[in-house]
Amino acid sequence: MATYTLISSTTVGSGGSSSIDFTNIPQTYTDLKVIYSARAASGTTLDVYVRFNSSTTGYSRKLLYGTGSSALSLGDSGNLYITAMAAANYTASTFSNGEFYIPNYISSNNKSVSGFVVTENNATLSYIFDAAGLWSNTSAITSISIIPDGVNFAQYSSFYLYGISNA
Amino acid sequence: MATTYEKIATQSVSGSSTTNVTFNSISGSYTDLVLIVNAKLAASNNISLRFNSDTASNYSYTYIFGSGTAASSGRASSTTYIYGGSTSTTNYDTHIININNYSNTSTNKTALIQSAVTSIGASAWVGLWRSTSAITSVDVSFLGNIISAGSTFTIYGIKAA
Repeated sequence: MATYTLISSTTVGSGGSSSIDFTNIPQTYTDLKVIYSARAASGTTLDVYVRFNSSTTGYSRKLLYGTGSSALSLGDSGNLYITAMAAANYTASTFSNGEFYIPNYISSNNKSVSGFVVTENNATLSYIFDAAGLWSNTSAITSISIIPDGVNFAQYSSFYLYGISNA
Repeated sequence: MATTYEKIATQSVSGSSTTNVTFNSISGSYTDLVLIVNAKLAASNNISLRFNSDTASNYSYTYIFGSGTAASSGRASSTTYIYGGSTSTTNYDTHIININNYSNTSTNKTALIQSAVTSIGASAWVGLWRSTSAITSVDVSFLGNIISAGSTFTIYGIKAA
């Protein structure tokens, strides 16, 4: 079996999309990695959150981020905001560039997630996010939903799910 | 199509006495190395790296860290390890370690460590090993602390050609 395999990919069409859902994820890999490029179809929000197995509970995060002028950190629970997109008021045709990694996604441990994303914008305010995420749930991950907060992903946003095997 | 991302070796910790994991005899046939660590400890401490069994003060590092309430940055010179983020006693935390151009014999070696430890913080570390030797072994430890059973360590090789 190949070590690094594309499981699924999707590119948002002209109508936009309120969620990207990777379902029926094979339970045959060791780790999962999502690589994406995203922009909001409207509004000023950059916020994107992730859900596993459609669960709405058990998430927490710590975020380290830079704005172009300062470095900050926050931590919270609730939705798992470990990703981000370019806001719709960003420079046209500009998308975020990010990824998140989930080791041992079929284990019976709680699931640790490492995320990294940038939203460079050729403007005073741009962001770089380094995220530590946790889903306090021992279930194997069978689906991943990537959800823009209250808006749609814009056309041409793209998402790739890879399976990584150490077998 | 040639495979560009290959598993070199994986180690899973069992028992209750393991304090380090070593990958020896790493082939020089790749371009870069990626080490994925998913680990929990008996007592929290920083992940730390050594190359080629070098225990001298040939390492240094710089980091940026977010605790959830504040961001900070720091560094250290002439250390005996490259440090990464703290690992907790509560969950199996994630460290992604990239060691680029590891087999060349012309330059000192750098490592980039991304540590995701939700109970402690998110951090990014860059480390330097002042040696032009090709890296043939990587030792991962947590400054003597016991690694919990079920922790996993996998090293991959990436080929540019």
